[in-house]
Amino acid sequence: MKKLVPCLVALAGALLAASVAAKDVTLLNVSYDPTRELYRDINNAFAAQWKAQHGDSVTVQMSHGGSGKQARSVVDGLPADVVTLALAYDIDAVADHGLIAKTWQTRLPDNASPYTSAIVFLVRKGNPKGIRDWADLVRPGVQVVTPNPKSSGGARWNFLAAWGYALKQPGGNEAKARAYVQELYKHVPVLDTGARGATNTFAQRGIGDVLIAWENEALLAQRQLGKDKFDIVVPSVTILAEPPVAVVDANADKHGTRAVAEAYVQFLYTPQGQEIAAKNYYRPRSPEVAARYAGQFPATHTFTISELFGDWRQAQAKFFAEGAIFDQLGAGR
Amino acid sequence: MRKQVLPGFGLSFGYALTYLGLIVLLPLAALAWKATGIGVHGLIQLLSGPRTLAALRLSLFGAVLAALINAVVGLLIGWVLVRYRFPGRRLFDALVDLPFALPTAVAGIALTTLYAPNGWLGRWLEPLGIKVAYTPVGVLVAMVFVGFPFVVRTLQPVLASLERDVEEAAESLGARRYQTFFRVILPMLAPTLLTGFALALARAVGEYGSVIFIAGNIPMRSEIAPLLIVQKLEQFDYAGAAALGVAMLLLSFLLLVLVALLQRWSNRWAERAQ
Repeated sequence: MKKLVPCLVALAGALLAASVAAKDVTLLNVSYDPTRELYRDINNAFAAQWKAQHGDSVTVQMSHGGSGKQARSVVDGLPADVVTLALAYDIDAVADHGLIAKTWQTRLPDNASPYTSAIVFLVRKGNPKGIRDWADLVRPGVQVVTPNPKSSGGARWNFLAAWGYALKQPGGNEAKARAYVQELYKHVPVLDTGARGATNTFAQRGIGDVLIAWENEALLAQRQLGKDKFDIVVPSVTILAEPPVAVVDANADKHGTRAVAEAYVQFLYTPQGQEIAAKNYYRPRSPEVAARYAGQFPATHTFTISELFGDWRQAQAKFFAEGAIFDQLGAGR
Repeated sequence: MRKQVLPGFGLSFGYALTYLGLIVLLPLAALAWKATGIGVHGLIQLLSGPRTLAALRLSLFGAVLAALINAVVGLLIGWVLVRYRFPGRRLFDALVDLPFALPTAVAGIALTTLYAPNGWLGRWLEPLGIKVAYTPVGVLVAMVFVGFPFVVRTLQPVLASLERDVEEAAESLGARRYQTFFRVILPMLAPTLLTGFALALARAVGEYGSVIFIAGNIPMRSEIAPLLIVQKLEQFDYAGAAALGVAMLLLSFLLLVLVALLQRWSNRWAERAQ
């Protein structure tokens, strides 16, 4: 009995010490719609790694929705520790409200976007309309499905991809790009509000001959809806979609989660994180991982936002703001 | 003051006012306050834009038309449910409430599946040259769907309380059937019918979830006003979105006042008829 008491005390002490050391950390990652599968895998891998290195368990909660809506929720008080959105403009909006340092895009490698995607075409099996490149989309009788750039971040990438293609043709200039894009949107029978809606319109409702989509969405749609139904066409020139990530400084500091949050976004750049991105159909930044998945991502010429349009703020003001180019093109309908 | 059933006028009135203030007036005030950010000039520019006008026109006319259709069809269905006894009547009656219970997005997707060119109904309509999904007609269909129960449910109790002997009296005085309906029954129903119409109208003007999937959303053609608001929010233009919201609110308010005036007028008409 005499021996038992110190033993119990020691045990209690050990339990107490362990419970102090092993903290349970919760992160909230506010993301956009098509990253559900990606971050489910990332979160598991990151939690396992963090547990092994620090002994703490990390639970990453997710919030998915349209990219712009998600940014707005964070501005309005959704306590995100990390944002992983579809375009830099949406994170800029959060930064404008003082929640993230304005320099966020330089804090991580590769414009703070650990994985990329390309804008490609999803066509019906066998490609009955013979669509090979952007020029084929404006042939008579071809119907194109793409969401509305005014309500969908993904659709803004589509718009800029088309514009950039026209600009990069021999003798291409602003006027020709404008004419091409105007013609392209005349071939659009339905402007869905978001990317998933457009995929449904094309795949389930049988509308249109070609869907302009992110490569990861196209691959996912092909996997889920059947390889026997759709083909993917990668155009000669396309835009490199760079979905960015950032730690929400104000919230991470308030929650005391900065260290974990920073490790979380950096994890995306590790070989393991890159591997998971590639498995979920995002193009990895790491050349080694990319080489292993070369069969999945056909080579194509890509251009970036910064190469042709400056940055997202400039692109937004020039093309998508009220009364800007997209509105001017639509007015002629 | 006479003794009341509820405790004290002061208490219950105060509670009602506070509740209404918190649930209805405060959010509306916040909306109006946000809208002031845009300024008078901005507001005029926003509301006179061709896209805004086209969207408002579609939303308002679509809603009025949908409410009219609902008034006619709702009267018919209410009549059938009240006046006739047939097997499955209760089930039929329960079905009327379905649009109330269904999440509007689900309704929108279901309607689109039905009316898409490869849908169950769409594939038969398409060869006839009738396009429903992704056109203004689709907007109308969705608006009829969400507004439908209002007319039936407001009319039912009044239909049930209509005295049969009035009709019999009209008949015995030599009235033909249509005369009985238009000169005896309809005047008695008119105020209630207008209430149902107003409710269906109010619902359809602001409807977003179900309309958005079937509308096509092409600017100037099949874009509803609530979509413009969502687009503004998507671009972080809070003031513009709020201003458009206030504009829609005012327009619906005007329409509802108009309906209320009609109601009063028809009430007096009904009294005089009796």
